[in-house]
Amino acid sequence: MRIDLEARPARSTLREILSPVAALLVAILIGGVVVAIMGRSPLTAFQVYFVDPLSQFYSLQAIAVKASPLILIAVGLAFCYRANLWNIGAEGQFIAGGALGGWLGLLTHDGAYQAIGGWWILPAMMILGVVGGILYAMIPAMLRVWLNVSEILTSLMLVYVAQLGLDWLVRGPWKDPQGFNFPVTVNFDPEASLPILFEGGTLHLGTLFAPVAVIIAAIVFSKTIFGFEVRLVGSSPKAARFGGFDDKRIALAAFAISGGLAGLAGVAEVSGKIGQVLTTISPGYGFSAIIVAFLGRLSPVGIFIGGLVLAVTFVGGEDAQIALQLPGDLTLAFQGVLLICVLAADVLSHYRLRLRLGAVS
Amino acid sequence: MAQLNASAGQGAGALPPLLAVRGITKRFGAFTANDHIDLDLLAGEVHALLGENGAGKSTLVKMLYGILAPSEGEILWQGAPIQLPNPNAARALGVGMVFQHFSLFENLTVAENIALVMPPADRLDEVPAKIAEISRAYGMGLEPSRPVWTLSAGERQRIEIARCLLQDPKVLILDEPTSVLTPQEAEKLFETLERLKGEGRALLYISHHLEEVRRLCDRATILRLGKRVGACNPRAETPRSLAALMVGSEIKEVRPAGAHELGEERLIVANLSLASPELHGVALKNVSAAVKGGEIFGVAGVAGNGQSELFAALSGETLADDPQAILIDGQPVGSRGIGERRTLDAGFVPEERNGHAAAPDFTLSDNIVLSGHASGGLTRGGFINAAAAKEMAQKVITAFDVRKAGPDPLARTLSGGNLQKFVVGREIVRQPSVLVINQPTWGVDVAAAATIRQALLDLCAKGAAVLIISQDLDELFEICDRIAVIHTGELSPALPARNTTREEIGLLMAGMGAESTHAH
Repeated sequence: MRIDLEARPARSTLREILSPVAALLVAILIGGVVVAIMGRSPLTAFQVYFVDPLSQFYSLQAIAVKASPLILIAVGLAFCYRANLWNIGAEGQFIAGGALGGWLGLLTHDGAYQAIGGWWILPAMMILGVVGGILYAMIPAMLRVWLNVSEILTSLMLVYVAQLGLDWLVRGPWKDPQGFNFPVTVNFDPEASLPILFEGGTLHLGTLFAPVAVIIAAIVFSKTIFGFEVRLVGSSPKAARFGGFDDKRIALAAFAISGGLAGLAGVAEVSGKIGQVLTTISPGYGFSAIIVAFLGRLSPVGIFIGGLVLAVTFVGGEDAQIALQLPGDLTLAFQGVLLICVLAADVLSHYRLRLRLGAVS
Repeated sequence: MAQLNASAGQGAGALPPLLAVRGITKRFGAFTANDHIDLDLLAGEVHALLGENGAGKSTLVKMLYGILAPSEGEILWQGAPIQLPNPNAARALGVGMVFQHFSLFENLTVAENIALVMPPADRLDEVPAKIAEISRAYGMGLEPSRPVWTLSAGERQRIEIARCLLQDPKVLILDEPTSVLTPQEAEKLFETLERLKGEGRALLYISHHLEEVRRLCDRATILRLGKRVGACNPRAETPRSLAALMVGSEIKEVRPAGAHELGEERLIVANLSLASPELHGVALKNVSAAVKGGEIFGVAGVAGNGQSELFAALSGETLADDPQAILIDGQPVGSRGIGERRTLDAGFVPEERNGHAAAPDFTLSDNIVLSGHASGGLTRGGFINAAAAKEMAQKVITAFDVRKAGPDPLARTLSGGNLQKFVVGREIVRQPSVLVINQPTWGVDVAAAATIRQALLDLCAKGAAVLIISQDLDELFEICDRIAVIHTGELSPALPARNTTREEIGLLMAGMGAESTHAH
């Protein structure tokens, strides 16, 4: 028996939209089987993971707060992936942005440097966050462009450098002297914290960055010559050179956008949600955003929806730890299964499987 | 050799055909590439398989060689039905195939390349002796210890043929074998093929070159759109009547440019030397040429002698160190990129339409932006003017009769000929002052080729300077005013096309300078 992949004669928009939906359904089914093997009711688990988070106001806010960094990072990753650059290191760029932006929050702690008022601190923190992400993304970008080093390896390895670097900072020079030796920094002043959108809620100003980024990216991809260049370099590099586009410039720009948005997500998380710098500031947003990017078929609007879906699994996963005593790692495992299903569905939307019986030589 | 020679149209003689297909059909999804095709191959004949691009010739031979499995129909070997699950089975039976594109490892020697396909039981140290024997028997002149990258296309092809002959095939399939050869090399190939035919082998010969089919082949089967539309004795036909059978209609003749005034020199190349960026690429050495307005300048040559490097240097995809090495309308552009050259009203059409001239997964209007964004009207303040791009695409589609499905389809959905008309038309509707075009009608059907050649003649009649790089000598002699030959990166002086023979150009293509031509 032989299994062949046959190219489908025509592309269908409906099939391309439905394939991530089908992938999600298959991933949920697989998840259900795993939950059943672990001795819990799959139906209850579905309720806890996917229904409960959507039925309460506080958890809807939690979804938005978690979706926001995922969407921001994934929109940036879409620029890289469309240009055929495999930035796997958004987690590191997120941390770099959070650390550099957070550094200003620590510096201005307790009214320091605020003689002219504190109005400048938040914008400056956001800018530093973006700059931190860009600078950290430039390391794999420049290695790739000038030395032809695989950006997959370098960007991934630099994640661990960033994680351990942040760990060292928070345990060492940035540690709160009055913190009973806990590895935490001081809390930011209100001037260094992104404001809450409405009284009593958890939605902060940073959650609005994501929809803005989605709209701008959608316009850039579909209407501008820059978006055209990014798509072209990824789709047909030789045609791009024939068009007179500089693929090195595009590679640096795509990495800069990707790193910048990840850095912005990082500083928004630190300033808006956490309010201080910790040894770990991300539950793996940078990696989950890769799934979001593909779930959204690398289109900004799709990423917006994909980010919300993944955020549901984060929030549901936290609830499941309490309600069902299921391990938190199950959420990450489910996200991994989802990514594989999305990629498989992608292939199946372009090809069909043919089983050939008896064609053994 | 003549005892088995069947005349045209007649079926098998006394013996069953060596290889036959009956009602063979191959479907790819909804597309039928081969539709109930019958074919007989007799021992001791050279059988031509004719048809335009996309007629289904490659699909048919891939089934005969076990690469594809037929959807319907049967293959008969000496009258008995057989299954060919893979190429090994075909080879074991006695079917050999020489592909259009060589599958050789450049860094290995001739012997090593051949040993790779031999059964594992054979010993490597016996291979050179076997090659020498085959090479002597068929006059191929192969040196077993030479690395492949030092060899010409003709020599490489002989390796492929020797590789097949070591398996002593009864049926040999050749897919466009002369497309990379000089006329002299092709003649040498024909001698080898005649000898194989004389030994009672059957040869299935796929070619676009109707002259050589008439010279070599005893019978011809003609395919059109996946169906067998007829068989004939090619020697009783003319190239025009064969072409008409392939296309299904009469071909309109290209109207010659006629006498017209030549203008100023618009494209000048002066002592251009450039190392190739690629391993085993060809370096350009001291290339000089000048093309006047109103003139078509042809560059002939065997594939792989620096044509793509020359195109890349002229287009600005690779830059020269010396700005003065290339002048467009008097402007030194040697070190300026392709975008800047386009703003000087130059147009470029590379050889490979899918993935170089056009992005296959982009729409036609996006492909207008691809080459037109630098030269006006299509972008404003960083934004793409989609309406203008669509309008321009429509203009090209109308002017060049580009057949397509839907209003603005992806480039990949167009057939080769239609996409070629689009990428050539895209440059011509801009009325460039200088046009550089590599292989304008490569793999394009006869009707589309005539349209493209006519458009090039019309463009130059309006005063543009046109430089054509082509491996098709017929094409160059049909439309060029002057022809130069590129060989190992060096460009010969240009010869006026009207006072030059194919033989002279052929010798230059083989690297024999003008002095030695008089010896023949």
